Amino acid sequence: MYSRSTVISYLLGLLISLIALQTLSEPLLSRQAELEYMLRHDCGSCHGMTLKGGLGPALTPDALHNKSRAYIHQSIRFGHPGTPMPAWEGLLSLEDIDYLVELLMTQAKPS
Amino acid sequence: MNFLHITKAFLFDKGRRKSSPFLKKRGWGRFECQTKWHTINMLPAILNPPQFPFFKGGSFFFTFATPSDKAGLKEIWGSLLRSLPVVSALIAGVLLLSQANAANSVELRGTGDMGVIIERATGSVQIIEHSTQTSLGKITELGDLSHASVVFSRDERYAYIFGRDGGLSKIDILENKTVKRVLQSGNSIGGAISQDGKWVAVSNYEPGGVKIFSAETLELVADIPAIGANGQASKVIGLVDAPRHRFVFALYDADEIWIADIRDPKNPVLKKFTNIGHQPYDALISPDGRYYIAGLFGEDGMALLDLWHPEKGIKRILSGYGKGEQKLPVFKMPHLEGWAIAGNRAFVPAVGRHSVLVIDTRNWQQVDEIPTHSQPVFVMAQPDNRQVWVNFAFPDNDTVQIIDVEQQAIIKTLTPGKGVLHMEFTPRGEQVWMSIRDMDRIDVLDTESFELIKQLPAEKPSGIFFTSRAHEIGL
Repeated sequence: MYSRSTVISYLLGLLISLIALQTLSEPLLSRQAELEYMLRHDCGSCHGMTLKGGLGPALTPDALHNKSRAYIHQSIRFGHPGTPMPAWEGLLSLEDIDYLVELLMTQAKPS
Repeated sequence: MNFLHITKAFLFDKGRRKSSPFLKKRGWGRFECQTKWHTINMLPAILNPPQFPFFKGGSFFFTFATPSDKAGLKEIWGSLLRSLPVVSALIAGVLLLSQANAANSVELRGTGDMGVIIERATGSVQIIEHSTQTSLGKITELGDLSHASVVFSRDERYAYIFGRDGGLSKIDILENKTVKRVLQSGNSIGGAISQDGKWVAVSNYEPGGVKIFSAETLELVADIPAIGANGQASKVIGLVDAPRHRFVFALYDADEIWIADIRDPKNPVLKKFTNIGHQPYDALISPDGRYYIAGLFGEDGMALLDLWHPEKGIKRILSGYGKGEQKLPVFKMPHLEGWAIAGNRAFVPAVGRHSVLVIDTRNWQQVDEIPTHSQPVFVMAQPDNRQVWVNFAFPDNDTVQIIDVEQQAIIKTLTPGKGVLHMEFTPRGEQVWMSIRDMDRIDVLDTESFELIKQLPAEKPSGIFFTSRAHEIGL
């Protein structure tokens, strides 16, 4: 039988490590700002600065509503061979890509 | 009749200067008034005590008091009588100066050393003068200017700005104002002005096609939907003007090049070339207006059309320059407007390879390949064709390399800062202006010494366009 304090400290430890894990799997704030800038200006060179499309398709809420996160993640990571969409995995970490997917999906929510 | 117009008034309350909307405040108070010279409204209050006006920063200051009761009024009248000579001198002076100013405001100037700089994030353009490397003004509310491009009227007074949001704006760079703005489609990419300067064509992505407008009024005169032989509506790219009243453009989704003869602009006559190569992504026209060359993204090579002899059809050039090699990712599409044709050598960006290809324009064979820092975006020849300047795709867009045409080799690598998006040469090429997006800055360099001449602030600058383009075919 564990004492109450053991259980509490165990849970507390778990909580702290979960928070730490959560923090680790997200890019740093400065990196987040870089990614937001990149999405607007560099992804924007094909998809439009407002993401309404250009040579590349629009990435607006309407355009993405039936796409899964996994699909968008794969699109960014591996690109679309046969189209100008390159594979970004050499430049972006998986966490970076997750963050970009998050940005694209959250802009899809009505604010 | 000129009037004195009070533009700013300050209320002195217990010796402290407070800003106050003029004439709203009643009662006693010492005011300091700032007026603009060119408009004289009236003398709304009586000088008390009479004080000679002074000048500062083009404005004119004097102090006065407003009456609130009879005693005050009496005092003011007395003061008026005492100050009558001063007041009349003042009025005479103001009238004289306002006339001088009226003459100033219509000071004549040419536009040949002017240009515009796109500020992509704020939907504004700066108007600049490259003789003095100064900014003359700014025009705002021009819509989404990411990837905007510009052509000039042949009198070099008006600039037509093609915005990403389908906006077409005509601005007057002498008067620093928008003359007209139309939202002509959902999503556009570029435009051109006809040989005679009468028609402006815009190429659109969504819905794809070309629309032709009156350069004078921006009224729509023709709409050319871009439906390829494959039945698909296509994005239109690489729209340029060509001699003999033609516009030429390519259909990205249909692998076609079209020539539109606009001698009768309401009824353009189309000549279509199919199967020109996969995914033409941009195109250029040679400086003499003879050769139209579309770059292909979907395969190695380019499609060449001789506009002197369109009956000969499309000639494929540089086919398979990257054969057997793994293509490198292209994080930004090259721009072909600036493809350099220097002497009988054409310098073009490779796609998916970090190099500039050199072509002999007499037989269109590749004669050299110059390795570069990264994926080239703009490959631009100086007006004297002696050097070719190259900028690069993300994430290597902090670098610019200069190729010596004689040696066909890179002679200089510069790192002006992150986000070098575009370069423009002064008409005879002694300076190059570069927009450095991420640094919110324009750098002006000496093209011979590569020394920095000047830096100008600009908000997320992209394209730089000088009025000398008005007289270049295809620009």
